[in-house]
Amino acid sequence: MDGSGNAAFVAFERVQKSYDGETLVVKDLNLSMPKGEFLTMLGPSGSGKTTCLMMLAGFETATHGEIKLDGQSINNIPPHKRGIGMVFQNYALFPHMTVAENLSFPLEVRKISKSDREAKVKRALDMVQMGEFGNRRPAQLSGGQQQRIALARALVFEPELVLMDEPLGALDKQLREHMQFEITRLAHNLGITTVYVTHDQTEALTMSDRVAVFDDGRIQQLAPPDKLYEEPDNSFVAQFIGENNTLLGKVEEISGETCKVRLDSGELIVAKPVNVSEVGERTRVSIRPERVEMNMERLQDGAFTLKAEVLEFIYMGDIYRTRLRVAGHEDFVVKTRNAPDQPRLKPGERIEIGWLPEDCRALDS
Amino acid sequence: MSALPPYASTGQRIWHYGFRTICGLIFFFLIAPIMVIVPLSFNAENFFTFTPEMLRLDPEGYSLRHYVDFFTNPNWQGPLWNSIKIAPAATLLSVCLGTLAAIGLSQPHVPGRRAIMAMLISPMIVPLIISAAGMYFFYSRIGLQGTYFGVVLAHAALGIPFVIITVTATLVGFDSSLTRAAANLGASPVTTFFRVQMPLILPGVISGGLFAFITSFDEVVVVLFLGSASQKTLPWQMFTGLREQISPTILAAATVLITISIVLLATLEILRRRSERLRGLSPS
Repeated sequence: MDGSGNAAFVAFERVQKSYDGETLVVKDLNLSMPKGEFLTMLGPSGSGKTTCLMMLAGFETATHGEIKLDGQSINNIPPHKRGIGMVFQNYALFPHMTVAENLSFPLEVRKISKSDREAKVKRALDMVQMGEFGNRRPAQLSGGQQQRIALARALVFEPELVLMDEPLGALDKQLREHMQFEITRLAHNLGITTVYVTHDQTEALTMSDRVAVFDDGRIQQLAPPDKLYEEPDNSFVAQFIGENNTLLGKVEEISGETCKVRLDSGELIVAKPVNVSEVGERTRVSIRPERVEMNMERLQDGAFTLKAEVLEFIYMGDIYRTRLRVAGHEDFVVKTRNAPDQPRLKPGERIEIGWLPEDCRALDS
Repeated sequence: MSALPPYASTGQRIWHYGFRTICGLIFFFLIAPIMVIVPLSFNAENFFTFTPEMLRLDPEGYSLRHYVDFFTNPNWQGPLWNSIKIAPAATLLSVCLGTLAAIGLSQPHVPGRRAIMAMLISPMIVPLIISAAGMYFFYSRIGLQGTYFGVVLAHAALGIPFVIITVTATLVGFDSSLTRAAANLGASPVTTFFRVQMPLILPGVISGGLFAFITSFDEVVVVLFLGSASQKTLPWQMFTGLREQISPTILAAATVLITISIVLLATLEILRRRSERLRGLSPS
């Protein structure tokens, strides 16, 4: 799924963008996507992800570098000739046109005959289960319905590439989850290549084939969701994706797949070195809350354990969330499944915790 | 307006009624002088006063003779047709130029947009007599003084500020992602303008156009400077009529102008409400 070489359908090559000529919003971006991929650009606001999308759509020009679509450079093609579908954050439906007229608009400007237009509009409306609403105006629809129409409008002229700019941001949680499913289903059924921008990591993880995590104008990691979550490349990605426990320390010994880290509070733990290379280097050790084991019987022989004090126990239904004091850190969180043999801890209790060395990753500090 | 709450203090009560009195007086002073003209224009006599018959509401005291005079006398018909020719031409010109200027000046990257805007709006602020005198000297040099085209051009310059202001106000509420969406869907900038932007800013364009039309239709100072006898407009004729032959036909002409203004403003309001309904700003 590297999508390198000739197979790339969308490619950013050494792209830079600066609005004021001084600070770079996008720094040396390289990205290639094969046809049919659902790629999400995820990142905090100001990380450059929306700028990348706008450059692809043609509303911003790259200061440096080249953007290619199907092997052709599109730097000098105006937005209206790119043939890329787009779903806007605020939907951008034309308020003076009915739903059917909105959908018919891209077909009219492409000079498609009236009968073909009607058939395509009907098909697109049925596709998003909005067949009954052709004569309504956008203002008469709910947010979720407008979202579907915006999606149908971006797909009605059968583009090969569709861009989505935080399309679900304005919907409530339940509707958002439903639409996440529906958008992925449509994208896969129609075989379209999708670039999806969001700052919601759940959305990114559940919908995408690959996720590009943006920060500070660079892609910090580009990987499938499971790899991104389980094997973050650096401490930004580890912090940004999912919940994460961090312990600070210094590398004491590196031997192949494992390293020993002396925590600032004095304890020694074993971790997997990810981007530390020298003894004596400062490191941020990251462990996912659900990979921490409190039942010592389940732990492998020779596993390192740490002493911990329970600070808070939260019952969340399907899981228990326990906040511990570990090695001087008061925000160490452990998530355990609500199972009959799982004890409900009380604040003040002293326990021992441990983990598998491969779940504990020594990252840059 | 809400009624006084039971806990209102004496001061609040005084202000409550004082406010209503002031509002009433303002309306009275604005409207009474205009309303008085309407019954007077139906005067059967050649005077500017209410005759005893009129006060008794006797049908004998009323007649349409001044209206007949207005619509048949060549002294009035010529100026009426001149006004009807000049005002729409000036309106068309100011709407086209004003709308383009407003759209151009609403782009954030235009250098010196505030200065350009101030310059274009200046005809509204500079005393009319000064603009008129300036135009007179300038237009006579280039041979436009005393021509229809010259008067139309001058009136367009006076109307443009109204169009710019109303269209700029509408553009503030215009969502620029709509033009992006149109471009993304494959529409060229020209198609985008006519199919997406224009229909949505139309209320602003229409109200600007109406103001421009009324400016030209009511204008007397500039046309006195720039026009020759053959471009005599209705306000000019009323102005000379008042000085030379005080005839109640002026009142009939005034009533006709008032009616036109009311009809235009009512049309404007209906169009505005219709477009709000289409845009979903108010419940249908």
